[in-house]
Amino acid sequence: MLAFQILIDGFAISALYALGATGFTLIFGVSGVLNLSHGAIMVLAAVAAWAAASVLHMDTYSGALVGVAVALVAALVTYYVVVQPLQKSTRIPNEEKEIFVLTGTLLWGIMIQELIAYFFTNNAKTVLPIVEGVIDIFGVRTPKNEIFTAAVCCLVIGLLWLLVNRTRTGKAVLAASMNPRGVTLLGLELTNIYIVVWAIYGILAGIAGVLLGMFLGVSSYSVGPLTASAFSIVVLGGLGSVSGSLIAAFVVGYLETLTAYLVSPAYRTIPALLLLVIVMYVRPQGLLGRR
Amino acid sequence: MKRTSKSPVFWSLPTLLGATALGLLATSGHALAADPIKIGVIAEAQAIAGASIPQAAQMAADEINAKGGVDGRKIEIITYDNHSSSADSVRAFQRAVNEDKVNIVISSYISEVVLALEPWASRLKTPFITPGAASNEISKSVHNDYEKNKYTFHGYLTSAALALSVCDAAKELLVEQKHMKTAVIMSEDAAWTTPLDIGYEECLPKIGLKVLDHIRFSPDTTDFTPIFNKIEGAKPDVIITGISHVGVQPTVQWKNQQVPIPMLGISSQATNSTFGADTNGAAEGVLYQGVSGPDVPVTPKSLPFTQGFKAKFGNFPSYAGYTSYDEVYYIADAVKRAGSTDADKLVAALENTDWEGTIGRIQFYGKEDQFTHSIKYGKGLITGLMLQWQDGKQVAVWPKEVAKGQLKFPSFIKVTSN
Repeated sequence: MLAFQILIDGFAISALYALGATGFTLIFGVSGVLNLSHGAIMVLAAVAAWAAASVLHMDTYSGALVGVAVALVAALVTYYVVVQPLQKSTRIPNEEKEIFVLTGTLLWGIMIQELIAYFFTNNAKTVLPIVEGVIDIFGVRTPKNEIFTAAVCCLVIGLLWLLVNRTRTGKAVLAASMNPRGVTLLGLELTNIYIVVWAIYGILAGIAGVLLGMFLGVSSYSVGPLTASAFSIVVLGGLGSVSGSLIAAFVVGYLETLTAYLVSPAYRTIPALLLLVIVMYVRPQGLLGRR
Repeated sequence: MKRTSKSPVFWSLPTLLGATALGLLATSGHALAADPIKIGVIAEAQAIAGASIPQAAQMAADEINAKGGVDGRKIEIITYDNHSSSADSVRAFQRAVNEDKVNIVISSYISEVVLALEPWASRLKTPFITPGAASNEISKSVHNDYEKNKYTFHGYLTSAALALSVCDAAKELLVEQKHMKTAVIMSEDAAWTTPLDIGYEECLPKIGLKVLDHIRFSPDTTDFTPIFNKIEGAKPDVIITGISHVGVQPTVQWKNQQVPIPMLGISSQATNSTFGADTNGAAEGVLYQGVSGPDVPVTPKSLPFTQGFKAKFGNFPSYAGYTSYDEVYYIADAVKRAGSTDADKLVAALENTDWEGTIGRIQFYGKEDQFTHSIKYGKGLITGLMLQWQDGKQVAVWPKEVAKGQLKFPSFIKVTSN
């Protein structure tokens, strides 16, 4: 009974983590950007979906779409307003650009967080679930929304895999992550690829944010922890490795769920962080990292 | 490690003392009749509970000023946003006293913040009232070292009183009406719940509710599934809550997971009128202790305040809005009685407060009582209410004198004694 409970809850939370971390790692893999405004964009999506439904009285589906659309716009704005100007700047030495982008996205995330708190208060918001009610799985009373969350996450990750491996655009993205110079030599504009990646990222973060809002709820306080959890999952899996992130998301998700059920909910995040420290010692490149 | 430079504390102390001395010199002169009475309001502008504090204080000041002020002196409210941080609050307190020369400070609904400000009220000898924090330690410190800490007043119920209020309501509503016998306590790990939980553990068995388990969780918990799972395993008739930093998330998950056990207790976020929308209606059936409600005429002053507040700010006040509004009034009353804004005289006048406010009749416990300078709990003073979210509204269900409805639960709740 408890085993099934852990299996089901752990799967839903892990799938959500995986979706959140995939976009994050994709951007790093392709353009070398660690986007520290990640948590803020996810929260923004959830709050937008909440506001569309609760303030503007849209239906649940439209609300969710608004949330994803807002995240897409926010991701593109992040790229055009924060990342691109720093990358193109001639006054910042090349070797310092990464740290500038890191700081820039961090500050950008804090700005979004403060704006959310200012306009919508720092109280938690929850998005109305698309499917309501519960069903019984092996004696575990499971909210249908939890199954929906897991299904959507798997579906979206599957679609992403198809996009990257089966379409021309996807192959260009993949090529850019392996050898940016080679891609430009083939006559492809690197900037265009970056825009595609940021757009994909925005949609992924948006879906993850809205689903998180339905599943657990978010507040402006969630910004930091969400960025941190995506960051640690990605580091654990190997920076830039999508499959590594997926595995790491499930390792972290199940480790947290096991701790919450078997030890205490208060210590939920501790074992995963300890694991991260151990991996850093014995395998600094992460589980599936190439470098 | 060698100390190469003086720590900031060393050089800042003389500076502060100097600044304080200057401040005292500046204010010790005879106040002119036209000098305003300055009230500093330090609050959490981004939190629903905190946002009402400066708004309600300003509303009270405007009303008093419209009637000519206090002996011709206007009340001036100076507000500071503390971003829910103790450090920001301490800086704001120092600025309020040393630079803005306030006579008294109203601050915060968070116990950790109030406990950080209390020593500063003592050091800077500035009266200070909290409209919403609950920790017993606030007024216990006044009792333990009266001469030093007498500047702090606790303008809201202590956690001990809150626990009593919950038990008083639970006795009538759950034990007598619904024949419930068992409970699990679920509370967040924070300064205010430590004494609350002690209070619960003590009074619940007395009213006939056996405590089967006691779960404390971190205030940054987001997934409550394991907690509800554990509670269900104990098969209690009711979950007695002690939550304030969290509220929306456990409530939504309680509904989404259809946990078949009712919740009753302190749930500060449920006191906000926006809680229904924030939870998308999951609040339905939640029972929470309050000192006020949007439609509850606790005193003749309650409804005019709530309606005026709604008209002015577009939403109903949070619980700390009611107390903050009352505080400005009884501060004005104390200044009038003291005939001065001198700190010690003001403290003495505040101690003799007997004011009918929006939440009941306000008096403070004395020097000999356990909770010195905390507002008194009891019949004829403040007893608190039990309210329930019903059809998107906050309905008073206890005590009988103000109750407007019967208990009503969503269909997934099983209200029977196990």
